[in-house]
Amino acid sequence: MIKIAQLSCGSEYSSVQSEIEKAAQSVGAKVVYPDVSYADVNDAVKRFGFRPRSPQLQLMIARAVQLADEKYDADAVFITTCFRCAEAALVRNELRRFIQENTRLPVVTYSFTERLKAAQLLTRMEALVTIVTRKDVLARERQTGLTAGIDSGSSTTKALIMENNKIIGKDWTTSGDVVQSATSVLENAMKEAGVELKQIEAIGVTGYGRFTLGRHFNAKLVQEELTVNSKGAVWLADRQRGEATILDIGGMDNKAITVRDGVPDNFTMGGICAGASGRFLEMTSKRLKIEIEDLGRLADKGNWRNAKMNSYCSVFGIQDLVTSLGEGKHFEDVAAAACHSVAEQVYEQQLQEIDVRHPIIQVGGTSLISGLVTAVGEVLGERPIVPPHSQYIGALGGALLSSGFL
Amino acid sequence: MKIFIDPPNSLILFDLVERFGHEPLGAMAPIQDRIDKIELDMPPMNVTLDDVVKGLKYAGIEVPSGIRGRLALWGPLIDIADAAITMSEPPFNFGCVGCERSNEMVRYLIRRRGIPHLIIGYPEDGDEAKAVVGQIKEFLEGLK
Repeated sequence: MIKIAQLSCGSEYSSVQSEIEKAAQSVGAKVVYPDVSYADVNDAVKRFGFRPRSPQLQLMIARAVQLADEKYDADAVFITTCFRCAEAALVRNELRRFIQENTRLPVVTYSFTERLKAAQLLTRMEALVTIVTRKDVLARERQTGLTAGIDSGSSTTKALIMENNKIIGKDWTTSGDVVQSATSVLENAMKEAGVELKQIEAIGVTGYGRFTLGRHFNAKLVQEELTVNSKGAVWLADRQRGEATILDIGGMDNKAITVRDGVPDNFTMGGICAGASGRFLEMTSKRLKIEIEDLGRLADKGNWRNAKMNSYCSVFGIQDLVTSLGEGKHFEDVAAAACHSVAEQVYEQQLQEIDVRHPIIQVGGTSLISGLVTAVGEVLGERPIVPPHSQYIGALGGALLSSGFL
Repeated sequence: MKIFIDPPNSLILFDLVERFGHEPLGAMAPIQDRIDKIELDMPPMNVTLDDVVKGLKYAGIEVPSGIRGRLALWGPLIDIADAAITMSEPPFNFGCVGCERSNEMVRYLIRRRGIPHLIIGYPEDGDEAKAVVGQIKEFLEGLK
């Protein structure tokens, strides 16, 4: 049983504790609370160097110190506090850093509201467990045999076929019915590869529809997208060795994952707000009456400074957009401002929760929107690497990792 | 009279109020009430989503959920209290609700009610402790 140490404030008063425990149980893990004595709290806070006014935050610090000193045995760490609490946000982030500097334990941080449901935590908990239990699978650098990967994302479904470490077929479509979309892209990918389903030795599935697809295709690998995508990203970018940060601005949530020698060791995944996701760019292109494929090129011609668009919410973001258009701003500037707004929010919300390692590899469907890549580069001060076929990271990761089961 | 104690889970304040002939309003009753409802399963406090929503009576939606959940427990007690005693700056083995923002709000809600409110500092030694007990006794006797 994998032990996930919970360092938290407010969860028991927010009606979410049982959801946290349910999420952990569903991935075969157990939530544990490092034991501390009263005397430990004062010493720990003194050593940590930051004394929050709230006693429960002091307790969180003491629990983190127990883990750092190896006085309490755990496999991973889940740090969580109330959404909107400034004091807790400071402690949460510093504790995450402290755990990473002082232990080798994978950490995930999350700020919850009272509406938190176990399903929202599932991918994060699953990734923590995967990092702990599937080190050998994640260490795989070369694909062998004939395998397929399917990525059932919130916006698009992708399939990719690999043979002896080479991509031989691929296809994508917008997501509809999970099984139908996956079957269609897999068939097209097999057609391109010139192979039949019975020849495929293993299938790996990831994304929101992974459990349904795993059962349908009798997949050898059913794994969350955080670890699968990072493997696909380093393979495509040819960065299997050394450090990197994978940035995946998805249709519904964003992922920032740090890797060392191709193995993910920390990640952050946005969730509460869609203002900084690909969905916002989809809404923007719809309002501009252009295809999303053309949004990036349009944005590259514009100047984001000419249109105000910096809302944290997709609804208010669209309101900004409508206002800008009403003021007669150029489409190019509005498109650039939309891309800049997403990049800025990813920087402010996601990338502050991990220690960015270089190079930055930008992947996922949104990495094909050149204006967004430009905006991310401007915000980070370094243009990210966008590998070829960057939208296929999940499917490729599935094909690569599933070959480990042959 | 009903006396709200702050921190609400302080056993010492609870005992002193009872000893001097009043009814203490503390954390134990609302938590016991929730624990007794066996159909609830939100350990360890059994605070449910309904509670957190009820907390909106005391703090707006912008306020973090943990504060609203805490206020859903302590707020109704403050509403019915005739007086209150606050021990300021106690170490947290004396009793605490974990969140300083909740503590600030609890003190504000007491003040807003305009009920008699004794605020005492945590004693540093034996003499101060005796003086504190004396202050609490005097306050409680004065309410009768």
